[in-house]
Parts: sequence; C-alpha cells; structure tokens
Amino acid sequence: MEFLRPATWDEALAAKAEFPTALPISGGTDVMVEMNFDVHRPSAILDLNRITELRQWEITDGVVRLGASVPYARIINELSEPLPGLALAAHTVGSPQIRNRGGVGGNLGGASPAGDAHPALLAAGRDVFVEVASAARGTRLIAIDDFYVGVKRNSMEKDELILRVHIPVADGPQQFSKIGTRNAMVIAVCAFGFALHPKNGTVGTGIGSAAPTPRRAVAAEEFLQGVLAERGLWESGDLLGAEVIQQFGELVKAAASPIDDVRGTADYRRHSLAVMARRTLTWTWNDYSKQIRSAA
Amino acid sequence: MRVTFTANGKPVEADDVWEGESLLYVLRERVGLPGSKNACEQGECGSCTVYLDDVPVCSCLVAAGQVQDREVRTVEGLADESGLDPVQQAFIDAGAVQCGFCTPGLLVQTHDLLEREPQPSDTDIREALSGNLCRCTGYEKIMDAVRLASARKCQKVGTSE
Repeated sequence: MEFLRPATWDEALAAKAEFPTALPISGGTDVMVEMNFDVHRPSAILDLNRITELRQWEITDGVVRLGASVPYARIINELSEPLPGLALAAHTVGSPQIRNRGGVGGNLGGASPAGDAHPALLAAGRDVFVEVASAARGTRLIAIDDFYVGVKRNSMEKDELILRVHIPVADGPQQFSKIGTRNAMVIAVCAFGFALHPKNGTVGTGIGSAAPTPRRAVAAEEFLQGVLAERGLWESGDLLGAEVIQQFGELVKAAASPIDDVRGTADYRRHSLAVMARRTLTWTWNDYSKQIRSAA
Repeated sequence: MRVTFTANGKPVEADDVWEGESLLYVLRERVGLPGSKNACEQGECGSCTVYLDDVPVCSCLVAAGQVQDREVRTVEGLADESGLDPVQQAFIDAGAVQCGFCTPGLLVQTHDLLEREPQPSDTDIREALSGNLCRCTGYEKIMDAVRLASARKCQKVGTSE
C-alpha cells in the first residue's frame, strides 16, 4: 500500500490521476473504520490534510463555497447563519471528536444514503453544486440532483477529487430532523431536511436513509409551492392549516423507498418521515410567519 | 514507512509503520504511550481521544501518516512536573474512575471542554462527553468530577485576580 501526502491541490490531482484507485482520506472517520476492520484495503491512501483550500470557506455573490474538509464543528460554529439546515445536520453527526475531523467531502465521497449532510444539501435548493476536479479535465460543477446515483455511488470519475460545495446562503428558515436511538453517536434510521426559499417561491426537501440514495420529495415540494403561491401565503405568512401539513407529510412519505434493516423497518421509516416532514414544515413556517409579522 | 511527529512536546519517530495503521496503534505499540486505550476502533467510544494540533480527536480514526510533522498530546501529557492536571485530580477526588478504561479519553475531552468553557452547564458537559462511553456506567461521578474541576479552575481564576 502507498501513502500519498500531496502538499498542494495540484499535487493531489496529479496523485489521483496516477493512482486512480487511491482512497482519499481527510477526517478519516469513515475510511479508518474500514481500515481498522479490514473491510477495504485500497492500493493507496491519498491524505488530503495538507491542502489548505479544502479547509477554507468563503461567501461570494450569495453563495457559500465550503471546502470539502471544513470539519462539522466549524460548520456549526461559523456557518449556522448562512447555512442553518446544514449546521443543524452537522450537529447530529457522531460526537464532538468526530465533528472535529469529519466534513461534507467525506459524506459526498462515500455517498452513503445515511450521510447526515445529504438531506440538508438537497433541501438547500437546486443551485447546490459539488465542485470536483481532475488533472486532465480541470474543474466541473455537478448539480446536487445529479450527484447521487446509487447506494454508496456518486457521479464522480475515478481521477476526480471533491474541492468544495457551493450552497446558496439561506433566504428563509431551514430545519433538519433525524431519527436514532439516542442523541449522540447515531447513524440515522432516517432523516429529513426542509428549507423555505421565499426569494424564488420554492421549498426544498431532502430524504436520508430511506431510499438507495439521498433524494428529494419532488411531488411534496410541488404541492406545497402550489399552495403557497395560490393562497398568497408567501406574502401574508398566514397559517397553512392542518390539511396542507398532513398532505405534505403523506407526499414525503410516498417519495421514500426504504428497506427493512437492522436499524429499522421500512414501515417505521415511512411513518417517521411523514412525522418529520410535518414537524419541520410547521417549525419553519411558524418562523417565517413571525418574520413576516415583525416586518409588517 | 517512517513517521515523525511531536508527542507531548517531544519529537518521536516510528519506523516500519504500515500505511493503513492508526495513530492509536503507533502511540500504544511503537512509541511507548499506552495511555490512550483501544476499545472500539471505530470512533464510537472516545477511549483513544488525544489532542491533534490542540483539537481532540479519536486517535483510532487518524491515519499514522497524517500526523507527520504535527503535534499530538495524549493523556500522558496532561500532568507536568508540578503534579497531576486539575482535571485528573478532580476525577480521583470525585471517585469518577471505576475500571478506568474510559478514563484517559474522558480526561482529554474534559480538559478540552474546560479550556474552551471553564464554567460549563450540565448540558454542555453532557454534550462534550457524548462521544465518550463508560461501560461501568459511572456517569454521575464523571459529571461530579467535571463540575469539581470546573469549580476549582474558576476559584483559581477568582483568587489570582
């Protein structure tokens, strides 16, 4: 096994081109578990810890450009205002020690349907992009809706690495909800992310751990967008009513295709998704209504 | 491969390190620092918690090659010539040690908590220690120990002013 320690991003891309089967490691919170238990023995390990760009974030033109290795602890401390949904999701990752090491790049690279960041990224809107690069072809942006292609599979090529994620700064309330057996050190039984985007009159959803890939509940989004527009609710901030909330929950539930496994049954996942969808919608809408009323 | 880094302020060198090896293994088996405990090897239990460049991490989840030229501080590095760290003394005084296997990780994690937040609430303590498991389930005494260490730390600050 090789241990590659590039000092710069260009060196990292060159190493990935030379060793396409090299396994990138940053926080190590997934990769080292596989090593320790001998689940996976890659031909080479590509350490990304020395690459400064991966640990930086910036906000330009209303978009957060979040380095793939910015640890969850820093997302919580530094980005809870521009990225409230992702910060809430980050707070449910593992433990303080895990949050000090792990970042969004690992969730995206691993593409496990249970990754906590995915529902928040999907809910943040269709303008979320994963910026990947290769030595041969340079940089490209993959829309988040095109990123997840199967269980633990993403749409990246073998010679590519994840540099950063582009996420629009929140323009409305966002929420994240996750089911597990306790409050810490929990892999999601299922999870749900939700965001209101008042500027363009859309809503965002993200379902985790209840389908082969993280996915959005498209019919639920369209239903809610329709109701909000028809009834002028974006302007008035008036109550949604029980029927709308109920219907939204049912549509989210219908969008999932979960399985029975050691963490929970498919039925339980569907049920809890409907509950989480109703709750996150109610929380965010109440926050939004308050904003409208206090602005009036 | 060879890995050189700083452990508790001293330069150390480990030879014949396997590329997939963890920092925990290097500490325990190659550089004579067995204080960090090997329990779960998957980041669930916190018994191997060490500082890596002043940030507490599970050493079982850090690849040995990743610590090249970096600074590691283990439980062995908490005490100095003048004696135990106040956090260690508080764990003894509060009786927060049963079998002792989780203690090194709890000490490092508590040390970090009190560095950042000298007067934590009970909620802060529970959250900070949520990644450290004690299978003797001595959590109440551990909570007492953290509160005691915090009280002593705050008292010290009060008297020196």
